[in-house]
Amino acid sequence: MNPILIVGTGLAGYTLAREFRKLDKATPLALLTRDSGGFYSKPMLSTAIAQGKEAMALVTQSAEQMGAQLGATVRTGVEVASIETAARVVRLSGGESIAYSKLVLAPGADPIRIPLGGDAAGEVLSVNDVDDYARFRAAIRGRKRVAVIGAGLIGCEFANDLAAGGFEVDLIDLAPGPLGRLAPPEAGDFVRGGLAAIGVRFHFGSAPKSVDRDRNAVVLSLADGTRVPTDVVLSAVGLRPRTSLAQAAGLAVNRGIVVDRFLQTSAPDVFALGDAAEVDGLVLPYVMPIMQAARALAKTIAGEPTAVSYPAMPVVVKTPAAPLVVSPIPRGEGRWTCTTSPDGIRAECFDAESRLVGFALAGAAVAEKQALAKLVPGWLAAESPAA
Amino acid sequence: MNSTRTRVWQCIVCGFVYDEAKGLPEDGIAAGTRWEDIPEDWACPDCGVAKADFEMQLLAA
Repeated sequence: MNPILIVGTGLAGYTLAREFRKLDKATPLALLTRDSGGFYSKPMLSTAIAQGKEAMALVTQSAEQMGAQLGATVRTGVEVASIETAARVVRLSGGESIAYSKLVLAPGADPIRIPLGGDAAGEVLSVNDVDDYARFRAAIRGRKRVAVIGAGLIGCEFANDLAAGGFEVDLIDLAPGPLGRLAPPEAGDFVRGGLAAIGVRFHFGSAPKSVDRDRNAVVLSLADGTRVPTDVVLSAVGLRPRTSLAQAAGLAVNRGIVVDRFLQTSAPDVFALGDAAEVDGLVLPYVMPIMQAARALAKTIAGEPTAVSYPAMPVVVKTPAAPLVVSPIPRGEGRWTCTTSPDGIRAECFDAESRLVGFALAGAAVAEKQALAKLVPGWLAAESPAA
Repeated sequence: MNSTRTRVWQCIVCGFVYDEAKGLPEDGIAAGTRWEDIPEDWACPDCGVAKADFEMQLLAA
């Protein structure tokens, strides 16, 4: 029998393999990755600098160890060039073909980069996997200053981690404050205050334009004329699902690879999950949706078709200087109401029918996360798995 | 509470830290609860990984 083939060994690919092996110990399973295939905690990439962790310390298991543990073949350093869904074959860039019984695409996402001019624009880094983290660690070694472009979730986490690790941090965003797409302004202000208290400098409301070399440092110039002298520039302005392989194979693609609640793409026996997938209209690049999707898909490919359900999944913003938990509003909009007290913020978001659809808790109020999460309706409600 | 030293654990999937000394009172787990004594149906509050898959690593003893 041809193997179940998983493309990608990030959290999505490996978690699916692990969940599948709980249900089926015999069917051949193979995973392909273009990197070295080590298992690591992705959320820890933006909290590891203050702890002084090198990239190797984040990799808890090698590809070989994962393969042995999962009873799977893990092939590292291979690039998938094309997929032929009619023939049920994947072609590698070296020309080799691999036939599959079922194919799962878990290729992840690429960091979005805003266009920058200047003679040092090519030195701007992003951190979206452990190899990126290793490059970033090497770039900041012996340096004092980092400018972070993007004050969303990841940008704020890196700003906190770098400042706690002893770096001088400048945080830059076109928006008027941090976390504007995730949380109400009061929560953004709370995080801003916490980060300011550990020394982070802010430059809001102006777009970054260019990065130029200045002796052995660089200068980041903004549209309003501000010049931010720094040593290393880190870009953290969001992720774009990797869809090109799926698109070239003729699969339906929108913002992500389009899948239904069975994680099925528009082609038979081809599935997708993780940061690259758009599940019933939702692209959610967070850990918890991946875990939910992996559990459901493991059952489906083991022979028991199972629709994924998403409860409300609060996101912990890893900014210890200003603890924040947000239950985002995945669809539509809502009205925020905020209560601010000396030790934190409790913000609730209501839809047009006055139902609680999201919340943000900052400071001591984060302890209410579990209680409040139970009151928010699921994002993909549980329903009977009639296809 | 017994008198042995408490430990600190970290979820290898999401980085969540469980400090036995603090417990998780908001999750119904009293301060001082040892990792072994956490119910089997418990899941990581940050990433939802079940205790059986939790793969906690010891951060400090």
